[in-house]
Amino acid sequence: MSTETVEQFDIDRSVGDFSYPEKHQFDAGVGLTRDTVNYIADVKGEPEWIREFRLRALDVFQKKPMPTNWASKDLEAINFDKIRYYLANGQKATRSWDEVPEDVKRTFERLGIPEQERKFLAGVEAQFDSEAVYSNIKKAVGDQGVIFVGSTDGLMNHPEIFRKWFGKVIPTGDNKFSALNSAVFSGGSFIYVPPGVKVKHPLQAYFRINAENFGQFERTLIIADEGSEVMYMEGCTAPKFETATLHSAVVELVAMKGAKIQYVTVQNWSANVFNLVTKRAIAHEEAEVKWIDCNIGSRLTMKYPGVVLKGRKARGEVISIALASDGQHQDTGAKMVHAADDTTSNIVSKSISVGTGRSTYRGLVHMPKHLKGCKNNTECDALLISPTSRTDTYPAITVRGTGNAAQHEASVSQISAEQIFYMQQRGLTEAQAMSLSVNGFVNDLVRQFPMEYSVELKRLIDMEMEGSVG
Amino acid sequence: MSSLVIKDLHVSIGDKEIIRGLSLEIPKGEVHAVMGPNGSGKSTLSKAIGGHPDYTITSGEVLLDGENIIGMEPDVRARKGLFLAFQYPMEIPGVSNANFLRAAVQARLPEGEELEATEFYAAMYEKMDFLEIPRTFTSRSVNEGFSGGEKKRNEILQMAMLEPRYAILDETDSGLDIDALKIVSNGVNALRGPNLGVLLITHYQRLLDYIVPDYVHVMVAGRIVQSGGKELALELEEKGYDFIREGIEESASAVL
Repeated sequence: MSTETVEQFDIDRSVGDFSYPEKHQFDAGVGLTRDTVNYIADVKGEPEWIREFRLRALDVFQKKPMPTNWASKDLEAINFDKIRYYLANGQKATRSWDEVPEDVKRTFERLGIPEQERKFLAGVEAQFDSEAVYSNIKKAVGDQGVIFVGSTDGLMNHPEIFRKWFGKVIPTGDNKFSALNSAVFSGGSFIYVPPGVKVKHPLQAYFRINAENFGQFERTLIIADEGSEVMYMEGCTAPKFETATLHSAVVELVAMKGAKIQYVTVQNWSANVFNLVTKRAIAHEEAEVKWIDCNIGSRLTMKYPGVVLKGRKARGEVISIALASDGQHQDTGAKMVHAADDTTSNIVSKSISVGTGRSTYRGLVHMPKHLKGCKNNTECDALLISPTSRTDTYPAITVRGTGNAAQHEASVSQISAEQIFYMQQRGLTEAQAMSLSVNGFVNDLVRQFPMEYSVELKRLIDMEMEGSVG
Repeated sequence: MSSLVIKDLHVSIGDKEIIRGLSLEIPKGEVHAVMGPNGSGKSTLSKAIGGHPDYTITSGEVLLDGENIIGMEPDVRARKGLFLAFQYPMEIPGVSNANFLRAAVQARLPEGEELEATEFYAAMYEKMDFLEIPRTFTSRSVNEGFSGGEKKRNEILQMAMLEPRYAILDETDSGLDIDALKIVSNGVNALRGPNLGVLLITHYQRLLDYIVPDYVHVMVAGRIVQSGGKELALELEEKGYDFIREGIEESASAVL
């Protein structure tokens, strides 16, 4: 499976408390220079074209300004010289559950994934720091010709598919953080689904950040060939750290003619993480791409999953839930670029702001003049829990021509004191009442999440609400 | 001990005193009606006993089976056996009736004990049938888009499921047509018994034709000004609240 030239790191499983050790066999040090990038390429034993790709990206990153013109000034708090851009704990991808280290299993437990459900997962890949420690593809999936590997494995062993699409959906220079990711990426998944193959079980990946001051830059590329179907799920939890941490992923999806991709994310970052992610898909003729995205935690999240509707009758959808707690800013939204006739897109966004939390919806819908039969529907609803909570909506909808239609609805609501009193009068504590109300607010979207994620999401909301009520 | 006792209660909203020294005792097994004109403080009484944060109790006591519940969180009072049927039940979008009731029943179980789902549903369906509530109701959001009658039936269903020791029904008859009033009244009557004390707050005598009280109290300007048997309600119906008001004025001038 893995071609890493790294020796198997021996784990002492007799030690009961294996929580969050920091034993990194490879460490690129702090700061970002050409040496850092070369070091990463050397350690990973990557081909020359990737090294060149990384170095070019580094130049772009260094030249590009911060996107502070449309974001929070908070981005200026990131000190790129203090971040560790690469470290691996020296583990190869392992195939069986028994080989997974206990602390990673504990993360799974914290996520509340019951043992019996795990067997339903077609393949699970858990990222321990920046290298995959666990990669298991069920035989059935492999037999169908589906490739589900880490990104390094993908670029080394499947270059004929990987190179064709890598960096094509999201060019290096798309934004400063996509350039950063392109320079230092490690981890993430590469998936290829052959024509006509419908992957029954969702493919899953769990990521978490483990080392202080360590940025995580995973890179995911998913290609669903003609008429195929696949669902990918990712979820994150991170232990608490003292200083700021940067997570900057790039996810590229390609849905060929008639293919369907669903990409599900439930993220729960600790309150010091900058989560700056670029996610985009290309949907060819009659293809469907659906981003289901849930953002909880982090200091600042900037994420606007997009779909470029490139082929006739392509369909794009973004369903997103954001929860901004005290001191947090969820700056999320969606981008729908209509580039062919009869393409349709749907955006449903719900945000919850608690305490001094702030949620921002940014939506871009683009329909050029020469197209006809394009439709977009955008709904964004914000729920404010506290008097100090904040929400903003910035829709940018460009509809030209006469044969296209877009509609936008937005609402802001509050949970009333009367509603909480009513629920408390029935015996629920204030925190239980709040969390039931909040769960009710997002319920219609949560139902679109896979079962285990909706359970997890409910738990995360419960935890956040418990913390928000005195 | 087995009673809900309200002793010399004073309640303010902001600077304005609404309840001005009200005393009442509702022993278990009895139904007491409080009647009064608009603005007499009837709804304030129920919210204050329930522990609504906007209502400040400036003095007095509310004893639930001997325990003063003033200062307790509304949910603690509820779990101790106090139930309020609201005049205007709140809507809770996205939360199904079944889930809401489950959460409320679960909140009454000892810690670590899980609600038995099949038993819960069996009990809920039985009570829904009695209140002529269709099964589709369970998956609808709490009170959202409900008619007045549906909301009030829902209140009684919640009451039936939560088995309170004392229930305060605030204008439960408002907004009900005669058929809905009968269904709701039947529901309340079915719950009457030695383990439940009921305080029935109403403006009109009509409700008392269906839920016949043991005692009737007349509330004017934040106080109980007259108490009597069920016949007092009929007298009020006949003569109107002015007759009581005149009585108060007379006694007031007599004191002077």
